Amino acid sequence: MDNAYEPVIIGFLCNWCSYRAADLAGTSRLHYAPNMRPIRVMCSARVEPQFVLKALREGADGVLIAGCHPGECHYVDGNIKALRRYELLKRMLRQLGIEEERVQLVWAAASEGNVLADAVNRMTEQLRRLGPLRWRETVLGGDGQMAEHTDEKVAEEV
Amino acid sequence: MAAKEKPKFAMYWAASCGGCEISTLNIGDKILAVDEAFDIAFWPCVADFKVKDVEKYPDGYIDLCLFNGAIRNSENEEMAHLLRKKSKILVAFGSCASEGCIPGLSNLTTAEATLRAVYLDNPSTDNPKRVLPQPFTKVPEGTIQIPVFYERVKSLDQVVPVDYVMPGCPPEAHQIAAVMDAVITGVPLPPPGRSIIGAGNVAVCEECPRQKNVKRIKRFYRPHEITPDPEICLLEQGIVCMGIATRAGCGALCPRVNMRCEGCYGPLDGVEDQGANMVAAIASVVEEGSGPLAGIDEAELQRRIGEVMDTLVDPAGTFYRFNMAHSLLMRARFTGDSAEKGVA
Amino acid sequence: MSKERVGVYICHCGSNIAGTVAVEEVSQWAAGLPNVVVSRDYKFMCSSLGQELVEKDIKELGLTRVVVAACSPHMHERTFRATCERAGLNPFLFEMANIRELDSWATDDRVAATQKAKAMVSAAIRRVIHHQPLQLLPVTINPNTLVVGGGVAGITAALEIANAGYHVYLVEREPSIGGHMAQLDKTFPTLDCSACILTPKMVDVAQNKNITLLSWSEVEAVEGYVGNFTVTVRKKARYVNEEKCTGCGICIEKCPKKVVDEVFEAGLGYRKAIYRPFPQAVPKYPVIDTASCIFFQRGKCKACQMFCPTEAIDFEQQDQILKLEVGNIILATGYDTFDPRRIPQYGYGRLANVFTSLEFERMVNAAGPTGGRIVLRDGVTTPKSVAIIHCVGSRDKNYNEHCSRVCCMYSLKFSHLLHERLPDAQVYEFYIDIRATAKRYEEFYHRILEEGTRFIRGRVAEVTDAARLPGEEGKLIVQYEDTLIGKQRRLPVDMVILSVGMEARRDSREVAQIFGLGCEYNGFFIERHPKLDPVNTMTEGIQIAGACQGPMAIPEAVAQGAAAAARVLSLISQGTVMMEPVRAHINAEKCSGCRICNDLCPYNAIVFHEDRKVSEVITALCQGCGACVAACPSAAITGAHFTDEQVMAQIEGMLWDMQPRIAVTATGAE
Repeated sequence: MDNAYEPVIIGFLCNWCSYRAADLAGTSRLHYAPNMRPIRVMCSARVEPQFVLKALREGADGVLIAGCHPGECHYVDGNIKALRRYELLKRMLRQLGIEEERVQLVWAAASEGNVLADAVNRMTEQLRRLGPLRWRETVLGGDGQMAEHTDEKVAEEV
Repeated sequence: MAAKEKPKFAMYWAASCGGCEISTLNIGDKILAVDEAFDIAFWPCVADFKVKDVEKYPDGYIDLCLFNGAIRNSENEEMAHLLRKKSKILVAFGSCASEGCIPGLSNLTTAEATLRAVYLDNPSTDNPKRVLPQPFTKVPEGTIQIPVFYERVKSLDQVVPVDYVMPGCPPEAHQIAAVMDAVITGVPLPPPGRSIIGAGNVAVCEECPRQKNVKRIKRFYRPHEITPDPEICLLEQGIVCMGIATRAGCGALCPRVNMRCEGCYGPLDGVEDQGANMVAAIASVVEEGSGPLAGIDEAELQRRIGEVMDTLVDPAGTFYRFNMAHSLLMRARFTGDSAEKGVA
Repeated sequence: MSKERVGVYICHCGSNIAGTVAVEEVSQWAAGLPNVVVSRDYKFMCSSLGQELVEKDIKELGLTRVVVAACSPHMHERTFRATCERAGLNPFLFEMANIRELDSWATDDRVAATQKAKAMVSAAIRRVIHHQPLQLLPVTINPNTLVVGGGVAGITAALEIANAGYHVYLVEREPSIGGHMAQLDKTFPTLDCSACILTPKMVDVAQNKNITLLSWSEVEAVEGYVGNFTVTVRKKARYVNEEKCTGCGICIEKCPKKVVDEVFEAGLGYRKAIYRPFPQAVPKYPVIDTASCIFFQRGKCKACQMFCPTEAIDFEQQDQILKLEVGNIILATGYDTFDPRRIPQYGYGRLANVFTSLEFERMVNAAGPTGGRIVLRDGVTTPKSVAIIHCVGSRDKNYNEHCSRVCCMYSLKFSHLLHERLPDAQVYEFYIDIRATAKRYEEFYHRILEEGTRFIRGRVAEVTDAARLPGEEGKLIVQYEDTLIGKQRRLPVDMVILSVGMEARRDSREVAQIFGLGCEYNGFFIERHPKLDPVNTMTEGIQIAGACQGPMAIPEAVAQGAAAAARVLSLISQGTVMMEPVRAHINAEKCSGCRICNDLCPYNAIVFHEDRKVSEVITALCQGCGACVAACPSAAITGAHFTDEQVMAQIEGMLWDMQPRIAVTATGAE
């Protein structure tokens, strides 16, 4: 692999709409960015904010949650529950220094392979511009280790 | 010496407020039983011990060590390693040691910004030369050292393995008494490995006497914005009560006096992130967006839901009040400008 | 480290996967992962030889978990679950990684596709280790069936099931069954009389003792799940006692109030305030339209009651709410025609002699408002020239992108009928393409070509009465581009017929919500699979038939009605159906009774026990969405087959290659 940064996105796809949209995109040979790694859930309402944080901590640069359009949820209004959680999570992530583009919620009907593919392309492009997140390495990594005694760190008495 | 037969007890205070020690003394008469059952091997708060005393003990010499306080600096970490080595049973005692607690909230900013707030920007601080603590300082007699202030607050289990966790800010005296009782009388403890002792295994709601109904939240209120009905679940009234996502054990002290639970007993078994679970739970029961969805304007719906969420001020500080350092992300991230300001 | 023994199988799918993903490399790499006992790649895993490979390994190597990386689980998850089961392994100890639709087919970047495949395989391996053996849940099927919609698709479905000996409730919103087909005059391409072929079937419905016909009724709510639906139906008051009414029609005759019939006669004819949509209506009982009835509006009249020989008129009648217990549901709710007022430049509603195709159907019908005479809006003048405009509201991004599929053929039929009734009239067809694709359609087209119709290829820009040239006065002028000669032209005619397309019912989304279905962007109901499962839906136990699924002609609607019936009959004859065990469960020990979950279940599957202060999921009602699982702040609710542990492990696996692992806790392996 070359060294150019390629974002990694964890995609939570609902079984009934967005996963089928992804299936359809593939069946229609719609080529889109291979950066999204898909995880199937029965409904976008199954996606716990914990899953999003877990993915970000384990090294994902972004998380995409995709559900059915409002009003078209297989489970009536699971996607609305996902939307409510997303709106609150988004506000919390802002405080944690995570850009809005890194966690996105999109709607894609089973017939909308192109919508899903476009969303992945768009998000990949946005994350390329933002650069890597790589939480363990850049945020947690190394910090809080015992400081070594070096002259540079020695201050004069004041 | 007959006392030699007694097991050894230690209690240490790292980055914490001292409330844990007070709560321990709050067990009342039972403290005498503790004294009778144990030899105190190290307890700087109540008796004069030096670190070198502890260093001289053989490994595993201390039978029970209650470690309270978070790991904020290098001294805290050194002591954690030392006490781990010298103790058979190491208990992360109280919320700071278990999950970072209030000191952990500084993980929402940078170490630099924290120091600045304390030593420079605080209006009551008199520091005309604008001196910040330095780990090493040259004086005529040589170099003197103070502990290194870490970038991130950690829980005890993030630096050494702990056998048990006793949650709470502070752990309630009756829970401490019960645990000490069990240890003294030889009731077997659960298998070690960050196992929870001195707390329940259900949420605070179990102990809360308020009437709980089906929840539909129209908007959120900060405590000063509303006078809650004393009989009904606070969350239902829009007050962000953490009881639903917090381990029981305190007896629902706060909700009983009309205050929201702030979550000090930490998350329940099987929950990796207390804050994230609060997001999931309370966002789910926001009323906006229920009702007919056919032909709905998606952007408008999102905006309306967002408006309700905006009434919940400071979600990270609210949901992670005690748990920030032990949450999945552990701290906020700072890039460029934000690193300087310490505001994510 | 877990003790599970995992077998990993990477499918080439010919070159479908292997063309983009380095399958051998993925397979060799997977062999080195923790817990993996064997890793193989094979040309076609779904072939019997591929499946035997898995079976043999399960038996000989003692595999306790199986991962197959191949196509979509929607394609072959069942196949490989069965494979595992044959070898004695619980079918839920299997996980599928979709490296075809979601990977090899979605990119041509071989390096990236291989890396993605590894992530998906690694995720599947880590996930499957946490799988638990599950059993399918048997559900008893109630043999009664609900058919919604009494058009030709619904009638066919109802008769098929009833004739097989099972009970059917047929719910129809209008006073009579028959649907759009009852309004049509002749049917293409055979030109049989629509009523003549439909009414016998309608009578069969009325006489079949296995069919309970609920006309003038609407479904208000559906609860339950496959095999056990409870359906709430509102049977609207007819104000006619069906037990006493003989259908003699004297009431209709005596009713003094005449109103325009917007429904059956498409606004072209009249009906009374007490009416039957058409003489052959089934059931035969009339209804009172309270909005136009003099008694209901002004409190006086009661002419119908006075003349009724059996005292069947009952002004006091109330709507009835019925609760039906059924095992299966067939939706055959049909379509609406496009309202051409949405294209103002065609002048419909403004220019008198612009008609819709449905109006023309009624006009040429011998039983229709003009007795079959083709006349202008004045009711007397015979047109000498008629323009038929195709694709009105269809194949047009401004309105409906889809082709309505029937308009070409019925427009050709109109030409034929015009030539037959008005041999001297000039007939023009403005078309984009003639789509004559089904059996005998092309032959019919040729026949019409020979009958002298002028075919003009091009979309009509405007229909106007503003005369500019000599000979245009008093006429409708069709402004169009003839795309075959590339010229703008004007054509004055006496009559214009707009061949309006088919749309989803205006309330299809509300109906979809009642039944828990999905809709396409244009409102038509979504089938389970567009090719292989066209009448089934994503909701178990609910089938769709006819034009509610998309534009179609009568033969297809009939075929779908019969197909849906066959689906239902196969479920009824099985007696029980096995359901996916993806269900939520509340651990009562961990439940604090906070009641966060109580209002989240769209199926009301969560009950709260006030005495014990705990919530419980009723397994039979749970559909497994996981909304409550995610919401439970105490992790007291688990979602079988989608547990936190399983998903968390899957996330870790997906990110196996991300950066050097840095320990963030002293205790964990992290």
